[in-house]
Parts: sequence; structure tokens; C-alpha cells
Amino acid sequence: MRGSSVNLLDKTMALKLPIYLDNNATTPVDPRVVDAMLPYFTEHFGNAASRNHPFGWKAEEKVEEARETIAKLIGAKSGKEIIFTSGATESDNLAIKGVAHFYKEKGNHIITCKTEHKAVLDSTKRLEREGFDVTYLDVDDNARVDPEAVRAAITDQTILVSIMLANNEVGTVQPIEEIGKITREKKVFFHVDAVQGVGRVPFDVEAMNVDLASITAHKMYGPKGVGALYVRRSKPRVRLLAEIDGGGHERGMRSGTLNVTGIVGFQAAAQIMIDEGQAEIERLRGMRDRLRNKLWGALDELVLNGADDPWRHPGNLNVSFSFVEGEAMMMAIKDVAVSSGSACTSASLEPSYVLRAMGVDEEMAHTSIRFGIGRFNTDEEIDYVADLVISQVGRLRDLSPLYEMHKEGIDLKSIQWEAH
Amino acid sequence: MAYSDKLIEHYENPRNVGTLDKGDDTVGTGLVGAPACGDVMRLQIRVNPETQIIEDAKFKTFGCGSAIASSSLATEWIKGKTVEEANALKNTQIVEELNLPPVKIHCSVLAEDAIKSAIADFREKQKKQEDKG
Repeated sequence: MRGSSVNLLDKTMALKLPIYLDNNATTPVDPRVVDAMLPYFTEHFGNAASRNHPFGWKAEEKVEEARETIAKLIGAKSGKEIIFTSGATESDNLAIKGVAHFYKEKGNHIITCKTEHKAVLDSTKRLEREGFDVTYLDVDDNARVDPEAVRAAITDQTILVSIMLANNEVGTVQPIEEIGKITREKKVFFHVDAVQGVGRVPFDVEAMNVDLASITAHKMYGPKGVGALYVRRSKPRVRLLAEIDGGGHERGMRSGTLNVTGIVGFQAAAQIMIDEGQAEIERLRGMRDRLRNKLWGALDELVLNGADDPWRHPGNLNVSFSFVEGEAMMMAIKDVAVSSGSACTSASLEPSYVLRAMGVDEEMAHTSIRFGIGRFNTDEEIDYVADLVISQVGRLRDLSPLYEMHKEGIDLKSIQWEAH
Repeated sequence: MAYSDKLIEHYENPRNVGTLDKGDDTVGTGLVGAPACGDVMRLQIRVNPETQIIEDAKFKTFGCGSAIASSSLATEWIKGKTVEEANALKNTQIVEELNLPPVKIHCSVLAEDAIKSAIADFREKQKKQEDKG
């Protein structure tokens, strides 16, 4: 029998470093997902396209079952509308280029927004080089797109609108339902990169008039390397030009032997999301607000980047710690895995384009830290992180000439800085 | 990014953090960089006008770990040196000592600029003094 003192000890010992708070980047695979996948590596290893033996039948059966589960997660009518891919980047590419190339006789105009994922923006940039016209809508200072701006941008040449569900950096949720009404009314296809929000914020392709949706397993506690594209089959039917040529898998839209083990994991992850997602949203939001309240209670000059509830991802807290550079901050909390919008942390040495599009000053973008809270985080971890961040921000502000000048009442914008 | 132990040590235990009275005629202040670029260094020296020896040096830096470490190292090196010697310090010495990766070389350039700017400020003050006298 375990006494209460042992339990207490267990509790303090349970805090294992480093702590993972980067769940917007990827998530660990849920052990239940791993269990579901294992037999499909060795026992049921068949090729889902093998039509003439039980190994193939077993794989195919499971894949079809997975389509139904994933369809259910996003409110699709049928599993037949789910195309498996290698991940959301491929799904975004296939949706955008596939529609553009198929419907190019009908029109050459595409609408998206400035804070989309690079998988969307780089796809539309390639299409621009091919002669398509692309409108990149502005966002407001909360990173939200105005649905009326979408309406205003639609022309008789517009074939596709692509807007994400939730932003990966700042957690802002877009007004998908309102945009869906407009695109349906205007008879323009609507693609949603739903990678970050699915299972976390309301999303239903039928109710929201979404025609194409990209999702991926590894953001929902499934394995990396498997994603899906929802492609509406009726009212209206969406057609795509395949980007990958080969054996004609996935109704000709995406050739290549199916990643059966990955798909099995994707299904298990989706099923857990269907069963437990709603309760989990509350838990995530609770931890996020616990962190937020502690930080705001102890520190001055903090800025929340992105929209607030109900238009915020429940697991995302993106904060600018004014006068403290993001990479230095990450070094100071090196036992906590987070990410930053600072230029110093990016390969390009440019601060986050998402923050810039929202109108955040470059100097504030350099001080942003993204905390991504997920299924396996605990209140104890949140408390540890909050205390650590509070003490390190204090230390780094003591080191910061800008904080000192701010405290002396000097307007930092009045100074003639020498750019370098 | 993997940083050298020396860099991390300076970042975690920076030397000579603080502020000198910038109104003092024996104090030179250098403020370089820009918040929009993600790094600002303020480096200050107190010089004995007779000997031209830097008797004290302080810094505060807004910037990444390399910027903080570079300025910490710079203050450590210039303390006890003459203004002339400090002015001859090269950023490449900082790069070598902290083993800065190529993308962080600008941090060492900024530290060199901060030293030169502090010295220039001190010299200007001294010149004004002489003109007055």
C-alpha cells in the first residue's frame, strides 16, 4: 500500500525535464495509437492495392474504415471524400495546385491571406509564376480575416479561396463558417488548412460549406508522415488534377502505395479526438489560462499575440515579453521546449511574417514566445514553466538597456537607432 | 543551435552588468544596434584621464545569447586596458574566443562598435573639457 507521503513524492518526482510545450509544431504519438499501429507493421502488412489475397483485403478494409473515422471527425458525409497523403504540406499543395490546374479554363484567380502556412503561400506563389492571379488578404491586428474582404475580392475569374482554420503561430481561429457562406453563394471553391484547429475548435465541412480541407496526423497525437485531404464529392463536386503520377491510387488523385500503418495510426488518433476531444479542450484551455494568469500576475509589459477566446486555439499562448529578445529567452528556459517569432531563431533571420502581417512591430516580434500546450502536459509542468519564465524575464530585463530606458520614461521610438 | 561552453557560461553569468553615470565626464557611453534588428548594446567605460586606463566597464544588452555573451566578454577584456589598447580590439578576437557560429558574427561586430562608440564619447567629453579649460 502506498502512503500519502509517497504519493506526494511521486508527484514532485513526476516533473521530468525537458518539458515539451511546442505542441503546435508536433505532438507525441499517443501510446494507444502506437498499440493500434503495431500489428500493421508485421502481421497485417499487406498492400491495400493488392486485390487478390487476404493480406491486401485486410489492409484495404482497415484503410476504408479509417476514411470513415476521419470523415466523421471533420463532419464529412462519406469516407470516399478522404484522400490520404504524406501530410498537410502535400494536402495543401494538392488542393491548391490541383484545383487551379483542373479549373484553369474557368478562371485564374485565387484568394488567400497573408498569415497562411508556407505550404499554402508557396503553392500560390508557384501558381503566380505560372500566370495565375493571387490576392493575399490582409488580417487585422488579431490575425483575423474579414469575411467581407473575401467577398469583395471575389471576381468572375475566382476559382478558389484558401483560408486556414487556426493559425499555427498565434492561435487565431478564422471565421470559416462566414467565409463558407460567401464562397458557396459565389460558387467559388473553399479550401481550409485545418491542421491546427481540427478537434480543438468547431470544424464541420458540411455545416461550414468547406469544399477541401487539409489535415495531418502528427498534430493530433498520431504519427508523422500521414495526412489527408478532404475533397467534396457532391454539391458541388470538386475535381483535381493529380500532382503525383503513378498507379492511380486514391481515385486517381494521389498515386502511391498507401501508408497503411500510418493511416491506422491516423484513424486511432482521430477516434480518440472524437471520443475525448471535447473534454480535452477544457483541460487545455485551463492549463493555458493558468500559465497566462501567472505570467500576467507577475510581469508587466506583456502582449498577447493573436485573438482572444472564443477565437483562440485553446492550447496556444503566444506572448511578446517586451525588452527581452526571444532567442535569449529560449536559452534561459532551455529545459522548456517552445518556439519564438524572433529572427534569431529562424533560418531566414527575418522575424515572423505572421506577426508582421498583424502589424506587430519588428522589435516586438523579436520578443515573442509561443507556448503550445497539449494532451500530455500537466498543471505541475505549467507551474514550473510559469515560475521559470517569470524569474528569467526578470533576469533578462535587468540585462536589457531597453527596459532600463523604458523605466526612465524614455520613448524608445524617439531614438535614432542605427540599423545594422 | 549548439553554442560553445564559454559562450553559455558568459550568457548565464554575465560579467559587469550595470550602469555608469553617463553625465560623468570620465564616463564614455556607447549605444549601438536597433530594437527592430533584435539587438541593442549599451557599453560604458570609466577612464582615468591621467593614465587613460579603463578602470571600470559596464554593459546592458537586449539581444540573443551571443550578443549578451559578446558584450560581457568585451567588458571583461577592456577593463584595465588603456583606451588605445581597447580601441584596437577586433571583433574576430571575440568570434574566436566564443566560437561564434557564422550567423552570429554580427554580435561580435556590434560589441566592437560598442567599445569604439564608448571611447569616442569619452574622448569627445574630454575634448570639450579641454576647450572649456
